[in-house]
Amino acid sequence: MAIMTAPAPPRTTAAPSTSSKSRRKIRDNLTGHAFLIGAVICFALFMWYPMIRGVVMSFQRTRRGETTWVGWDNYVRIVADPSFWTAWQNTFYFTVLALVLGYVIPFLVAILLNEFRHAKGYLRILVYLPVMLPPASALFLFKFYAYDPSEAGLFNAILAGLGLPTSEWMQSPTMTIPAMVIASTWMNMGSAVLIYLASLQNIPGELYEAAELDGAGLVKRIWHVTIPQTKLILALLAMLQIVATMQLFIEPLILANGAGTQDSATSVAYLIYQHGFFQNDLNGAAALGVIMLVVLAAFSAVYVRLSTKEN
Amino acid sequence: MSSRTLVSQAQLQRGRGKVVYWTLLSVVVLGFTLVFLGPLYWMVTGALKSGQEIAQTPPTLWPQDPQTQNYVDAWTNLALGKLLFNTFYYAAGAVVFQLVFDTAAAYSLSKLRPVLGNVILGLMLATLMIPAMVLIVPQYVTVIDLPILHINLLDSPFSIWLPLVANAFNIFLLKRFFDSIPEDLMAAAMVDGASPLRTLWSIILPMSRPILGVVAIFSVTAVWKDFLWPKLVMPSPETRTVSVGIYAFAGGTPQNVVIAASVIAAIPTVIIFLIFQRNIMSGLTSGSLKG
Repeated sequence: MAIMTAPAPPRTTAAPSTSSKSRRKIRDNLTGHAFLIGAVICFALFMWYPMIRGVVMSFQRTRRGETTWVGWDNYVRIVADPSFWTAWQNTFYFTVLALVLGYVIPFLVAILLNEFRHAKGYLRILVYLPVMLPPASALFLFKFYAYDPSEAGLFNAILAGLGLPTSEWMQSPTMTIPAMVIASTWMNMGSAVLIYLASLQNIPGELYEAAELDGAGLVKRIWHVTIPQTKLILALLAMLQIVATMQLFIEPLILANGAGTQDSATSVAYLIYQHGFFQNDLNGAAALGVIMLVVLAAFSAVYVRLSTKEN
Repeated sequence: MSSRTLVSQAQLQRGRGKVVYWTLLSVVVLGFTLVFLGPLYWMVTGALKSGQEIAQTPPTLWPQDPQTQNYVDAWTNLALGKLLFNTFYYAAGAVVFQLVFDTAAAYSLSKLRPVLGNVILGLMLATLMIPAMVLIVPQYVTVIDLPILHINLLDSPFSIWLPLVANAFNIFLLKRFFDSIPEDLMAAAMVDGASPLRTLWSIILPMSRPILGVVAIFSVTAVWKDFLWPKLVMPSPETRTVSVGIYAFAGGTPQNVVIAASVIAAIPTVIIFLIFQRNIMSGLTSGSLKG
């Protein structure tokens, strides 16, 4: 489109030099856009167009090949579905718990690893290894071996060995989400640890030196040097993690066969999948997608507001 | 070389500090090995146990009577060879498509800078803010009936390759790398009469090997790990990826065979990781830092 609207060269005979210059400019622009065109077509087809289409679809209903405008009907139907609220509850619970576990632990692990002068490479490889596994593979491992509700399961065997009460894991409605958080943290924390490690290495050593001379102990040094120095990356990763965990999907699908015991695992993303691909309700699924987008956008707006206020 | 961190070097080498350091190090090394390698060991050896042995309490540390048959069954019953080939084929194509189109686009945005280039870049980066799950339905509807062309891409590898080109993170990563290549080099090539394509090919690309490697590795692992999208756009058993194939068979297959299949499915990415771990780790941190 940009190519079409480029200004035509002025056709004056008096100034041939400007004419050839502007022709050259057009040619350069055309070359530039020629290099862009492949990516632009893919973005247009699979990102920009679907974004608009999703919103449009959410106000339409397609039945037997006929599409009609139905206003807010899809939204009303989706919100009236009792699993809608269960799904949001579960998703929020998962997000909060995943933040407590998956956000604090990697930071502490990174601080610890940064102090070691030995076995650094080995420890890094270990933490990142689960990130490289296909999530389906890792989740079958958790489902069949770790979360086996009998005492033959790995986790129950360990608990029993320590003399602690065993758990039913995925069979128990109260343990379903914590169990999914454990599996998800194990699979994903590697990237956060490595990103924190890199930002820890950028902290100038003199700051610690100065803090120590001022008599700051270990905890004080973490509080007054490490955290302020990594604040930006900590904030960014919190944001990214919340957006990622709100899209919880494959954990319920594989670990809990979708909805889980008494709907304890149903997530918003799983509901989108259910509506779109099992209940033949792509329009309802699109409406749910728009709701999810609005919630995440509202959350991001609040977050940006808070973080700019602080600075 | 290593600058000072939270605890000073000197403190770690003195009496009590030294003891604490070495105890903590051994505890962490042991603990991490158990936490991160332990489950993998459990997975590989568990798949060697018989159905009876896996249900035994307490569980055995090492299979009493290793059943390699589980792995053989996984390979033959689930047609893993075909599934692995499919996944490999999609991954290889994704690397080619992403490298060609994303590199060309990033080069244009960084060095050629055509009119509206910044607007296009902004629109591309804006897609980073859209959660994948939100787009899954409209993307699916687009793929089953492509606008204007009215082609159905279901079961076609293009339904995996083309959406992957629309990766703003790659464009951002590549553009930033190209931005760091001095303008003088470009100008010198232009004076010598080299075309933009020629400049890209013989000057920019050879200097960009590290970043191209990172993009390629991330592209392979993204395809290998992806689940929902290939599940939706590759509905036929013949075109499935390995993760989707295992999931499809999981219901009617003995647990140990499913786990054996999961082990086999994980081997390629683990090998890629062990070979390219340096590139992967540097790529991971360079994308998010110093921005």
